[in-house]
Amino acid sequence: MHLVVQLLGRQTLFAISRLGDFALFLGGSLRAVVGARRLPRRVLRAVYEQGALCLPVILIVGAFTGMVLGLQGYHVLNRFGSEGLLGTLVSLSLVRELAPVLAALMLVGQAGSALAAELGIQRNSEQITALETMGVDSLGYLVTPRLLSAILVFPLQTALFAAVGLWGGSLSGSVLMGLEPGIYWSSVERAIGSGDLRECFLKAVTFGILTTAICAYHGFNAHRCRSATGARAVSASTTWAVVHSSIAVLAVDYVITSFFVRS
Amino acid sequence: MSDPLLQVSGLCKRFDGREVLSGVSLDVRRGSVFSVIGPSGAGKSVLLKCIAGILLPDSGEIRFDGRPWTDAAARADFRRRCSFLFQNNALFDSLTALENVALPLEQTTRLSNREIRARSLDALRQLEIEDAADRHPGQLSGGMQKRLALARAIVTRPELVFFDEPTAGLDPLRRNAVFAMIARYQRQLGFTALIVTHDLSEALVTSDRVALLDGGRIRFEGASEEFFQSDDPVIRDFRDSVQVLGSTVASIRNSDPS
Repeated sequence: MHLVVQLLGRQTLFAISRLGDFALFLGGSLRAVVGARRLPRRVLRAVYEQGALCLPVILIVGAFTGMVLGLQGYHVLNRFGSEGLLGTLVSLSLVRELAPVLAALMLVGQAGSALAAELGIQRNSEQITALETMGVDSLGYLVTPRLLSAILVFPLQTALFAAVGLWGGSLSGSVLMGLEPGIYWSSVERAIGSGDLRECFLKAVTFGILTTAICAYHGFNAHRCRSATGARAVSASTTWAVVHSSIAVLAVDYVITSFFVRS
Repeated sequence: MSDPLLQVSGLCKRFDGREVLSGVSLDVRRGSVFSVIGPSGAGKSVLLKCIAGILLPDSGEIRFDGRPWTDAAARADFRRRCSFLFQNNALFDSLTALENVALPLEQTTRLSNREIRARSLDALRQLEIEDAADRHPGQLSGGMQKRLALARAIVTRPELVFFDEPTAGLDPLRRNAVFAMIARYQRQLGFTALIVTHDLSEALVTSDRVALLDGGRIRFEGASEEFFQSDDPVIRDFRDSVQVLGSTVASIRNSDPS
């Protein structure tokens, strides 16, 4: 029992110290916007990595999510003779929840893991130390452009995910199940309000900053990995980056949703 | 005799209770080549990283150009006037050779793009690798990567360049070439060089002064000629190690295989 309490205490202290460390890391990365040199070029490169390279997966997952929603929703609503509300079901599910959450998870899987691995390798091969010896702010050079890009890209990718998802819902409901397209699209138009769009945007921006910072933090600190060294440390950091980012997305989603539901 | 550019006194560093540096003191004179030699695990790289600010020493003082770099402004000034050449070069593999060399200028100066390009190409030209400007480090040979790392180190026109085991993992011919390159560009550009190496013969030939680090302590500091003449048993052992290896190998070869 004594050992269990000791272990629990040690792990809690470790978690708190890492949270504090992460907060300093995020603060330092955002503060570096002020002094960072030639930022636009690096932001553009990050936009390409998080935006253009991740576009196919966003479009594919968005389309299938909408199609599944359309199919499931049609059969459930049909039982009550309310298939005319399919557009409402698909649009609210997508805009409020699925688009920001799933787009963020897809971006974590592709861009976030790549970022953690890249920074981990740069840490291992002393490239980050080299930057520091040159007097370059390594956070400003490596992390800040990715954070700025995430603020721009995550909402755009989320909007695309939602748009393609709505189209997927229409494909299932109208083309396959025979629902009148006009009924579907008019219920979509009636369902989405400005509050839903605000919630969607807020979630996308928050997830973007949070997941990018978590992935960058793990890669940047790959040398501090307790369970492994070298290539295995990079691998472990990448895994933890994806795991922690995914948990953070779902946990923060709950917090934001509960705030909007109450208001 | 010129004044010291770098003064290190009483530097100590421990890792997990193990003392790696125990009160190391050095004076590196402006415009000279100073080598710290010693066996593997003697604490040479730790010493260099403490001086360069990569590691934080537990105690001791470092003065650069007469100023202790204890406050942020002095440290920033130190970083601006120094460069570091890493053992594994630490080149950015996603950037081309030209972009690698341009990086410190882009990030630490307010020069125009045209000036940065001109200075970067000039550094590549000085190191005779201008033809590789558009190639990535992975497409270059080991020797060219070393020259590229040196080009990146000198492009900011530093006063002091740190070399961490610049010949580690290279064959004897390349080792000679790297030391010759350091000596040549040091004379040409006039920077002060602080080299950490275990290549005794090359270091003695190239350096104005050498220090022998053994067990975290400086066992000898003086001119290369003094090192050759020293009667200290540790220095003698270290100095004679090359000959000892030669005679050991000769005796193995001459011995009966059965």
